[in-house]
Amino acid sequence: MELIVIGLNHKTASIEVRERLAFSEDGLEKAIHQVQSLPSLKENMIVSTCNRVEIYGAARNEDQAAYELKQFLSRFHGLPLKEFESHLYLLTSEEAVRHIFRVASSLDSMVVGEPQILGQIKSAYQLSVESKTSGLILHRLLHRAFHVAKRVRTETTIGNSPVSVSSVAVELGKKIFETLEQKTVLLIGAGEMCELAAQHLMAGGVNKILVTNRTYERAVALADQFKGEAVPFEEMNAGLKRADIVISATDSPHYLIRYDQILRVIKDRRQKPIFFIDIADPRDIEPKVGDIENAYLYNLDDLQKVANDNIKDREKEAQKAEALVQEEVVRFVGWYRSLEVTPTITALRKKFEEIRKGELQKTLSLHPDLTEKERRSLEAMTSAIVNKILHPPLSLLKRKDEEAVTDLYVDSLRALFGIQEEIEEEGKEGLKSNEIS
Amino acid sequence: MQFPIPEMNILFFKFSSFFYFLGTLTYLAYILFLKESLSKVAITIVTIGFASHTLAFLTRLVEAGHTPVTNLHESLSFFAWMIIGVFLIANLKYKIKVLGSLLTTVALILMIFAYTLPKDILPLAPVLRSFWHPFHVVFAFLGNAVLTLTFCCGIMYLMQENQLKAKKMGAIAKRLPSLKVLDDLNYQSLTFGFPLLTLGIITGAIWAEYAWGRYWGWDPKETWSLITWFLYAALLHQRLTVGWRGRKAAIMAVVGFLAALFTFLGVNLILPGLHSYSKW
Repeated sequence: MELIVIGLNHKTASIEVRERLAFSEDGLEKAIHQVQSLPSLKENMIVSTCNRVEIYGAARNEDQAAYELKQFLSRFHGLPLKEFESHLYLLTSEEAVRHIFRVASSLDSMVVGEPQILGQIKSAYQLSVESKTSGLILHRLLHRAFHVAKRVRTETTIGNSPVSVSSVAVELGKKIFETLEQKTVLLIGAGEMCELAAQHLMAGGVNKILVTNRTYERAVALADQFKGEAVPFEEMNAGLKRADIVISATDSPHYLIRYDQILRVIKDRRQKPIFFIDIADPRDIEPKVGDIENAYLYNLDDLQKVANDNIKDREKEAQKAEALVQEEVVRFVGWYRSLEVTPTITALRKKFEEIRKGELQKTLSLHPDLTEKERRSLEAMTSAIVNKILHPPLSLLKRKDEEAVTDLYVDSLRALFGIQEEIEEEGKEGLKSNEIS
Repeated sequence: MQFPIPEMNILFFKFSSFFYFLGTLTYLAYILFLKESLSKVAITIVTIGFASHTLAFLTRLVEAGHTPVTNLHESLSFFAWMIIGVFLIANLKYKIKVLGSLLTTVALILMIFAYTLPKDILPLAPVLRSFWHPFHVVFAFLGNAVLTLTFCCGIMYLMQENQLKAKKMGAIAKRLPSLKVLDDLNYQSLTFGFPLLTLGIITGAIWAEYAWGRYWGWDPKETWSLITWFLYAALLHQRLTVGWRGRKAAIMAVVGFLAALFTFLGVNLILPGLHSYSKW
């Protein structure tokens, strides 16, 4: 059985192409069963997010499976194959393992280190479990992928520092205030930027939003969206006094907030700190405000610079993560190879033979006065016993049909008779010799 | 009274010094690699060291028959013990790992100095045979230990504020806690440290009356401890009335500590007087 993945992602296809091949929630349920009924597939799982569409499968014949999957995608989405075939990638066995491990660890994401992908993979796996389209191989593969993702998360700092302007702003806010809960935000202006900023801060824990705008009605409209409060533009100072975080995004050509003004505001707040974020261009807040004690002023460029520094750190950590993934890939492939029947049969035979020889030796040494004929008789008897015991299980294993069941038997036999390690070592050796050749 | 092992208190002292050393290294490793597990290990190591240090103190107390804070060795060791104790208590509420590394380093340095000094238990000098001696020393040292914590918070606050004003969110900013936590701890420790310092000065004056026949004599130690007291009183007052917080409070914590440091060590080592250790 071969592991196979076919699909496209943000690196190989534009959003238009990805959109046309994506699956809706209902579509997914239908699709997963349709894929399962393809003759060459034994197991399958579909991952469909805004950045990737991938089908993972365990197939009897990888070329046949690739063909069938491409045909399926074309049929299901009503799209001629030549319109998307060039965007598809096809990975098998070890490469497929590395791919899922990297994807789950967010190494293949647009923003390396992002946390959503793991949840998305888990949902995709969950659906395959509920639809009974995943079996031994995908179970083991996905559980291992989750383990790898966890290792990457804990052993590297790949997800730690914020890399988007808004998450940087939230982190900075926490460095000043410890928590954004119970904090008040004043939005100056009422456009899209203000709205976005408010959303991010609320996601970070802020619960009180004040809005002020030259046009009072626009302030009210935005405030209502967040169950906040509108402040008349003339009363901005009162709003400033109440605010812990101030976001300014108006198209005013002059400074709206000035040094002396804030000196007084901070004094009136008994020196409680204020975090200013100036998104406007030209700037709304006089830069000197940043020099005031307990006032912290960042504009978009400042936030972007911090984000860029963090992105560089992430890239360094990503290298560590890749090494970790490689380690896990080798380990997984070792297990996978061990599923092949022949090494198991050989190892089982070898183990029984060792036991037989050992016991025979012990008994023979206790009776040194046996004749040659008697020795041969004992030899024959022990061999016959071993052969009779092994015959039914081995002939079952050698049957080529019911392959998923065979894999289960092989796995169990290895565990029950303790021949796991020998086979895995042999499997790993096999992998390494493949690499060299 | 003698224990079965002679000089058992020195044994415990060495044991705890070793553990403070390990703790300092572990905290250093944590700061470099930011692995959570390292900080947990560090706390455990420091706690073991503290337990041993407590035993050192108790066994010395029993062996000597009096509170062992009579010479520089004992004072430095006792102060280190208080600093670690203060840290462990603060750590229950404010888990600031960098604080751990700062304070364990301070304690380690104190232990190293104490180690090099004569460790024999000598009979108690007459002036020290007073009920007020242990009280004065405990209050003064405890107050200073807590204010050392305030000092560390001040330093960390100034570093973190500097990073934020410079618009950097690099390695330093990541390892330091938020300004709010540092300011809160600065204030909270001040509310404990200041009364203790006050009690230290008062019990000192009472003991002075008993030992030297007057409550206050403007001995360099007495003078400088009063200066220190005024600095911290000003800080507390400004915090409560004008709402001094953040940077100004941090700077004052540093200034106050420097005065306390001079009061504790500088006076003893440099200036002659009744408190002088320069006779040891």
